[in-house]
Amino acid sequence: MKIEKYERFFLYATAVVLVVFFGAILMSVGEAGLHLPTQDAVLDPTAVGETPPFDNPGVYPTGPDEYTAVMVAQAWSYSPNEITVPAGSEVTFYVTSRDVIHGLLIPNTTINAMVIPGQVTKVTYRFEDAGEFPMVCHEFCGIGHAGMYGKVVVEG
Amino acid sequence: MTALMTDTDLATAEQRTWAKWQIYLGLFGFGLGIVMGLLQAMERLGLDLYDEFQLQSYYQGLTLHGVAMAIVFTFTFANGFLILTSMRGYGRPMASTGLVRGSFGLALAGVALAASAILVNQATVLYTFYPPLQAASVFYIGATLLILSTWATLLNQLLTLKAWKAEHPGERIPLLSFVSLLTFLMWGVASVGMAVEVVVFILPWSFGWVQGTDPLLNRTLFWFTGHPIVYFWLLPAYVSWYMMIPKQVGGRLFSDGVVRAVFILFLLLSTPVGLHHQFTDPGIDEGLKFLHMAFTFAVFFPSMVTAFTIIGAMEDGAKRRGGTGILRWIGKLPWREPSFVAQVLAMCAFALGGASGLVNASGPVNQVVHNTSFIPGHFHLTVGTAVALTFMGISYWLIPHLTGKKLWSAKVAVVQAWLWFLGVLTFSRGLMGAGIEGQPRRVPAGSLAYALDSWHLYDLMTGIGGTVMFVSGVLFFVVILRTLASKVTGEVYEMPLSETMHGDEGSPAILDRVGLWVIVAVVLIAIAYVPVFLNHAYQFKSPGFSLF
Repeated sequence: MKIEKYERFFLYATAVVLVVFFGAILMSVGEAGLHLPTQDAVLDPTAVGETPPFDNPGVYPTGPDEYTAVMVAQAWSYSPNEITVPAGSEVTFYVTSRDVIHGLLIPNTTINAMVIPGQVTKVTYRFEDAGEFPMVCHEFCGIGHAGMYGKVVVEG
Repeated sequence: MTALMTDTDLATAEQRTWAKWQIYLGLFGFGLGIVMGLLQAMERLGLDLYDEFQLQSYYQGLTLHGVAMAIVFTFTFANGFLILTSMRGYGRPMASTGLVRGSFGLALAGVALAASAILVNQATVLYTFYPPLQAASVFYIGATLLILSTWATLLNQLLTLKAWKAEHPGERIPLLSFVSLLTFLMWGVASVGMAVEVVVFILPWSFGWVQGTDPLLNRTLFWFTGHPIVYFWLLPAYVSWYMMIPKQVGGRLFSDGVVRAVFILFLLLSTPVGLHHQFTDPGIDEGLKFLHMAFTFAVFFPSMVTAFTIIGAMEDGAKRRGGTGILRWIGKLPWREPSFVAQVLAMCAFALGGASGLVNASGPVNQVVHNTSFIPGHFHLTVGTAVALTFMGISYWLIPHLTGKKLWSAKVAVVQAWLWFLGVLTFSRGLMGAGIEGQPRRVPAGSLAYALDSWHLYDLMTGIGGTVMFVSGVLFFVVILRTLASKVTGEVYEMPLSETMHGDEGSPAILDRVGLWVIVAVVLIAIAYVPVFLNHAYQFKSPGFSLF
């Protein structure tokens, strides 16, 4: 098969660029620890209220500057809808849904995850600076979707 | 003129007519889509027009926009256009006139059912329709019929290949027919996921035959098809870029073999990539997400080959027209020819669309942009321009070709193409900027209680850019409708068809073994997806919720 000289060069260059990019991503996981959500736990989506820890949603201290936020998403709010932690806290969110698919997005943090009925979403972030962060549902979940938001209050 | 028509001529004429109606149905979907697009743009500029249009919500309009654009416009245009290219490539009518007619009938019925459910607000689930959000059953039946209309075209192409081979033993499959077939073969394999989702899981659940469904499994099956669907949108545009644009600029295609290889790569690599839409999903193993990420990077490769080959063919054309220099030849391209201008601008937008697609595909970077406005910013450059503006450009020769009428005002058509291009650059820059600042997608951004200050300027850009795109879309319909309203000229408007510098004599014969390539594709999909399904903790417990 006849391939022109420049065409051949371009094909090789493309392959090299893609391999370098992919390598950079693998490094971001290995070196910087930027992980994607993975398999965690499953539960019966029709019995969320009776399944620990989701029978008691809330924010719990788990160590020095460490908190666990247990949250239930439903149309159209989170429970709890407001979370307060001191600045410098590392918060691990455990979230599930009691109805349709929702999302959890906290702009300007690394928290961006889907919340799917029957699955437990686990994400972690360290809130260094004081301030208020909106906590937003970013998956369409019905007519009230745009009104589904809460906030994280980080106290100085 | 009154010479007796043979059976072949009659079949060709009837099939062309049905293909033409598929194109018209697609353009109807596009027209509906741009009106809904205008409503979204206006909402961002602070003007809520949904009441005036008797729509219950922003989301009902958004569902109509997504289904009309991403399913109706693209599917029916692909059906009509690639039936015509297949016939032209083989130099014979399709094997079954019934299947050509049937494909149109299924598409029309599908549009009628899906649209009726959406218009009475019984299917406001967006075009991604993730369970356990539940639409009326007729919506899912409509979606199924639309998929079946594409399967009818695939089956017809396979029957036509068989008939053509019997008539031409030992010959290479004509390149134009080959790329048309590969587009539908890729889609035939890829669409199995969505077909299983709808027929096996959603329909029995929406009829109430089973109580619960598994949301994550449905989502995974949706994205099994939901990523390759973008190549089903794109490959008809590639057929035009490879097979017609070189001719339209007076140039030649480099290599028959490279084109065949590119379409085979799309068949192989389009599907085992779906998890890159689910990077932020719980319940899916991180390692499998990285496997799909690697495949996603690989499927970027054939698009880069395309970029090189098409630009090369355009340079060849411009230099044959007297162009010189490293870049000065660009001025010698046919900048007054609307079909070319629309498509070359579509390609420019696609360069940005492809680059932003690589951003989305890069796992940890995806966590910044997933489900933010960045995503619609990206795909309005790809499907919303690379595909849509190319289809408009194709229409500028195809409508005269099918009707025998001269295109009304090439000047207005050229202006139309530039307006769309400038509109989408502004529009997508707005959406992408807002997305990087954390604005979620699929929200009425003009009336959000939690809007951040940094989003306002971007919303303005999105609103203005979207309005410009709407005006461009209206101009497109003015050109097409005035063309249709004119008289038949008696001239023949040919389908432009490229020559190759290096023809099929140099291409390895194994490239034509389509059955073999389908098997390789299935093996790659099995490698990517069998572990995903084996790892899944199945629990069919979620009842339906109709929250609209």
